[in-house]
Amino acid sequence: MIKSSAKAWLYLLPAVLFLTAFMVYPLFDVMVYSVEEGYNFASQTYRGTGLYNYSYVLHDQYFLQAVKNTFILVIITVPLSTGIALLISLGLNSVTKFKELFQTIFFLPYVTNTLAVGLVFMILFKKTPYSEGFVNLIITALGGTSVDFIEGPYWAKMFVLCFYTVWVVLPFKILILTSALASVDDDLYKAAKVDGTGRLRIFTRITLPMISSMIFYLVITGFIGAFKAYSDVVAIFGTNLNAAGMNTIVGYVYDMLYGDSGGYPSFASAAALILFAIVLTITCINLLVSRKKVYYA
Amino acid sequence: MKIVLEHLTKRFPSLDRKTGGFVTAVNDFSFEIPDGKLVGLLGPSGCGKSTMLNMICGLETPTEGKIYFGDDDVTKLPPENRGVGMVFQSYALYPHLTVRQNIMFPLENLKGDAKLSKEVMREKALEAAKLVQIEALMDRKPSEMSGGQQQRVAIARALVKKPRVLLLDEPLSNLDARLRLQTREEIRRIQRETAITTVFVTHDQEEAMSISDLIVVMNRGELQQIGKPQDVYDDPVNLFVAKFLGTPAINVFAGRLSGGKLWIGNEAVLEAPGSEDRDVWVGIRPEGFVLYENGPFRTKLSRIEVMGRDTSIVSTHDMCENTVVRSIISSGSQIDPDQEYVHFLLKPEKVCLFAKDTEERIYTELRNGHDKK
Ligand SMILES: Nc1ncnc2c1ncn2[C@@H]1O[C@H](COP(=O)(O)OP(=O)(O)OP(=O)(O)O)[C@@H](O)[C@H]1O
Ligand SMILES: [Mg+2]
Repeated sequence: MIKSSAKAWLYLLPAVLFLTAFMVYPLFDVMVYSVEEGYNFASQTYRGTGLYNYSYVLHDQYFLQAVKNTFILVIITVPLSTGIALLISLGLNSVTKFKELFQTIFFLPYVTNTLAVGLVFMILFKKTPYSEGFVNLIITALGGTSVDFIEGPYWAKMFVLCFYTVWVVLPFKILILTSALASVDDDLYKAAKVDGTGRLRIFTRITLPMISSMIFYLVITGFIGAFKAYSDVVAIFGTNLNAAGMNTIVGYVYDMLYGDSGGYPSFASAAALILFAIVLTITCINLLVSRKKVYYA
Repeated sequence: MKIVLEHLTKRFPSLDRKTGGFVTAVNDFSFEIPDGKLVGLLGPSGCGKSTMLNMICGLETPTEGKIYFGDDDVTKLPPENRGVGMVFQSYALYPHLTVRQNIMFPLENLKGDAKLSKEVMREKALEAAKLVQIEALMDRKPSEMSGGQQQRVAIARALVKKPRVLLLDEPLSNLDARLRLQTREEIRRIQRETAITTVFVTHDQEEAMSISDLIVVMNRGELQQIGKPQDVYDDPVNLFVAKFLGTPAINVFAGRLSGGKLWIGNEAVLEAPGSEDRDVWVGIRPEGFVLYENGPFRTKLSRIEVMGRDTSIVSTHDMCENTVVRSIISSGSQIDPDQEYVHFLLKPEKVCLFAKDTEERIYTELRNGHDKK
């Protein structure tokens, strides 16, 4: 008994060492940083310990803006992308002709280089000395006034960010959902049909529950991914996100460490732990909700 | 409810893109299922049994032909308006719902005047569950039950709406041998109690023979024979039906009718007075052999198998199409396992002749020439 568990630990040792070195220790370190007040990078000294860093971060306008931006992004893109992916998957599942072609088309963004994706978005939205951007061309053609999506009003920038995020996460979600839909036993649908079940009821009472575990998986990873949004935002709005008013929590953390106003690892750590608390809370809520609603095969 | 099928044909577009064309799954199929009977639809894999059943329940529309329930033409009706209950080979229970919810599911679909209150639904579900004796398991999920219990739930769900017709597509093939025996008795009992016209699909001839009032044998989408199980067994219309029914299978020999006698090899095994000379297939049921020292039919003994009541003699014969000749004799008979040859008399009523070319049955009188004392 003891011998076999010792053996198990031996097998686990590399993973345990690795995780300790790269996950547990940094986490611990961040916690320590976050309570060290007045930390000085150069001399590596601090005045004392306390919760001042948290208080500072929570009163910082830029942080509050970043939290707001992140929440808007999460609340809009997670349901929207999952919903759209579900609709497209349902469509893909019901077409028989050219199914592979459609699947390939929808999967393309997933394997496309980020730079190429960025370029596409430039063409779509960015005003340059040479062009108005494709979307603005359409707006003006329809008789509207053109909008600066990159440096214009807040809602326009938020729209672009959400649009981009949804578009980028769609392929993966479609991939997961089409295979989930395809794995539902066809006989269940036949049985439902023989029993006279309407299409809507088939969807809500059979299809949805049968793929609920996959939807749930997408929602959780979607939440976590959106809370961690940063690089996409930089790709669209440049590095000075605070000035653009488009910073995210992760962006704020990064700026506090390395940005123009950087050099504050204590503030960065406090902000990072606040983000951690938020994600943890939301994931716990998700798990609680799912325990009642989700069916696992 | 009587079911009448008239010239039913179903063609599927061929999946092979190069050759194109059609696969004919069911071809010009006509028969009538009397009210309240249990009919076994029997045939080898891929012969179109499921397609047939799907047309009766409305999941597939026939390419040609008509389907009547009683006097109603239901050919174009969607499944929910036909009043059918269906049990699938995979049971198709909704895995996320409890037994009760599964059984209530069809009732919840009722709309308008037919709509039921929650209490009535629960009552009806319980009634159906009692019929199949699973009322104690109502709050379990399908995954928490044995195959046989799941099977019963599927039957209860099919019965809860009081269908006019009950359709079962290979309902027993996922069960182990013992449970299969039990469950088929159960299906028989439920069918008797409810007197619902039932079509039962299987590729297991023994299953079909044991519980059906009528069996319908099909092959490659075509009707071969329809009749009472024993009649079809005793009187097959062609070689396919003869070979398909019975375990152990019928023994088939190349033979010849000549000079009023039936010959297998160089032995005249039976008298066939007044028959026309021709080559034939001779089918002999395993129970058609009688051990007899001076019997006209001689086979080379391989071994003797004693299985409970019966003794089965395994031997070989040059003219036999099968690799071995299997004959079953009552276990009282004495036989020396070391002898090289065994001699038999044949029971004429257990011998069927078929045309060499068409494999259709040849009806001619057969008689035993040798007197058995
Ligand atoms: N949707 C379809 N498209 C094309 N061909 C089909 C389709 N459904 C069935 N077939 C063909 O029709 C024939 C009969 O199929 P069917 O499923 O009715 O056989 P079966 O008797 O039920 O066989 P099994 O005992 O294996 O279930 C087969 O050759 C099959 O390939
Ligand atoms: Mg089948």
